[in-house]
Amino acid sequence: MACIEARGLRKAFGTTLALDGIDLQVEEGRILGLIGPNGAGKTTALNAIVGLTPYQGELRVLGRDPWNERDQLMRDVCFITDVAVLPRWIKVSQTLDYLVGVHPRFDRAKAESFLGKTSIRTSSKVRELSKGMVAQLHLALVMAIDAKLLVLDEPTLGLDIIYRKQFYDSLLNDYFDGKRTIVVTTHQVEEIENVLTDVIFINRGRIALNCSMEEIESRYLEVAVRPEQLAAARALGPMQERQMFGRSILLFDLANRLQVAEQLSAMGDVRKPSIADLFVAVIGNQSGAAQGPYQGAAR
Amino acid sequence: MNTPSNVMPETPRESQIGARAIIPASQRLYWSIRRELWEYRSIYVAPLAAAAIFLFGFLIALPHHMRGVTTLEQAHQVLDTPYELAAALIMGTGFIVGIFYSLDALYGERRDRSILFWKSLPVSDLITVLSKVTIPLVILPLLTFAIAVVTQFLMLLLSSVVLLGRGLDVGTFWAHMSFFHMSLMLLYHILTVHGLWYAPLYGWLLLVSAWAPRAPFMWAFLPPFVVWGVEKTVFNTSYFLAMLQYRLAGPEPSSTAPHGSVMEIISALTLAQFLSTPGLWIGLAIASALLFAAVRLRRYRGPI
Repeated sequence: MACIEARGLRKAFGTTLALDGIDLQVEEGRILGLIGPNGAGKTTALNAIVGLTPYQGELRVLGRDPWNERDQLMRDVCFITDVAVLPRWIKVSQTLDYLVGVHPRFDRAKAESFLGKTSIRTSSKVRELSKGMVAQLHLALVMAIDAKLLVLDEPTLGLDIIYRKQFYDSLLNDYFDGKRTIVVTTHQVEEIENVLTDVIFINRGRIALNCSMEEIESRYLEVAVRPEQLAAARALGPMQERQMFGRSILLFDLANRLQVAEQLSAMGDVRKPSIADLFVAVIGNQSGAAQGPYQGAAR
Repeated sequence: MNTPSNVMPETPRESQIGARAIIPASQRLYWSIRRELWEYRSIYVAPLAAAAIFLFGFLIALPHHMRGVTTLEQAHQVLDTPYELAAALIMGTGFIVGIFYSLDALYGERRDRSILFWKSLPVSDLITVLSKVTIPLVILPLLTFAIAVVTQFLMLLLSSVVLLGRGLDVGTFWAHMSFFHMSLMLLYHILTVHGLWYAPLYGWLLLVSAWAPRAPFMWAFLPPFVVWGVEKTVFNTSYFLAMLQYRLAGPEPSSTAPHGSVMEIISALTLAQFLSTPGLWIGLAIASALLFAAVRLRRYRGPI
């Protein structure tokens, strides 16, 4: 059974379509990055997955209907939608007491050991903690829950780089075990790039690209083309061209034409594109005017 | 993981989890009610403060009131009023706290965005709303009752000391005070009026609290005012106002009257009379409908 299965997922706010027919299948044990510009529908999609918003279409999360079975689903699903949602009046010790009281999969000792690695005291109230500490607390609580799916919507928004780094480090080292599934959205793509196993680009409520990281590595190629080869490289149909330090960088989609890679490596320095560059190439092509013949990414 | 006895492989995790896999709804309700008491400390602080202030005032005024008292008869006359006043003050405080609590209960969590955290836990909207309505219908009445009884008991002790100082027979004074009788009547009043009769009022406040985009206080009190105004101008009648007065005044004035024997007041007859009042059951039905609507609404509500 897939962890998340969506077919024709739609959601409209008034006349605006936030989700315009999303088909999605996320298998167990994947770390999926949901990447898109502001207003692309990322948060709406995640809210639908965790049962915060009603939707049209089919959606099953761990075999359940999130909108109608939110409370049962939350035994197996955790989510952090924003860093600042822990109530400010609550004491750290009270959050632990309450979670032990209501959550069958919460392990208090585990949470306390995570908190022991931070400077958070259990006698403190959330209002007395810094923004970074609140995020640490929330993560400690979530990591002490033996969940099957963890959904993170901009979990590190507004945190400084040290907290952001720690956040993903502990998530990977102390939490992810290969069986759990994690879905994460963030604008700091480069920070989670090496964490992800799968990437989905979403734009205007539609999926623009749905790819595993291995597939991205083998399929996309970036070439810093030598000026004299530029015309020949352009003839091979790049997705996108940009200038950097006076050289033209061309990004190619090699789907169904891997043999081109050899030709390209003769034309300049070849490297894997970053997710951010790929994102700009795919989404930029969609939203801007004609920037080349590239059509192949959406599927 | 340092101790050798702890070498448990990955597999037992499932079975350990399985043992706790189901937490009974009653336990989730219990912890949700405790959570409310953590968040809204005024639930017990305000009645306690009212009691403390009243006791302080009583202590200061006591020698003055007792100045001319030479017989037990006079003592009873002088002390009856403050006893009732203490209960009224503490219950009134509880009532006001209940109103403000109910208006904030489902609104505050949306305002501070913590609803996103609460909804990330396996607690249903039904349990959440039930835990919140338990506060004004059960917790506050029982709490104010307990505080009122303790306050009255302390007042009794204080006046006994004064009476002792005057050489009056305190034993007879206590025997005539019928402390138990008063407490029982108070409990009957609190449970029937605050716990049952007022239920639709709190249901309405909680519904507004779940719905209001902002200013729940205004949304709670403006519509009744508008309904009254429209009814008055269009039909020149005041049925709505009369209905509100009926609800606020309580089921029957006699149940709050302090005099009469215990048996008379809470006899099976009075209770049967109360239970057969259509207004009680209509009120409870309305309260259930309002709470059901609040449960449904909370599902759709996010942070504001």
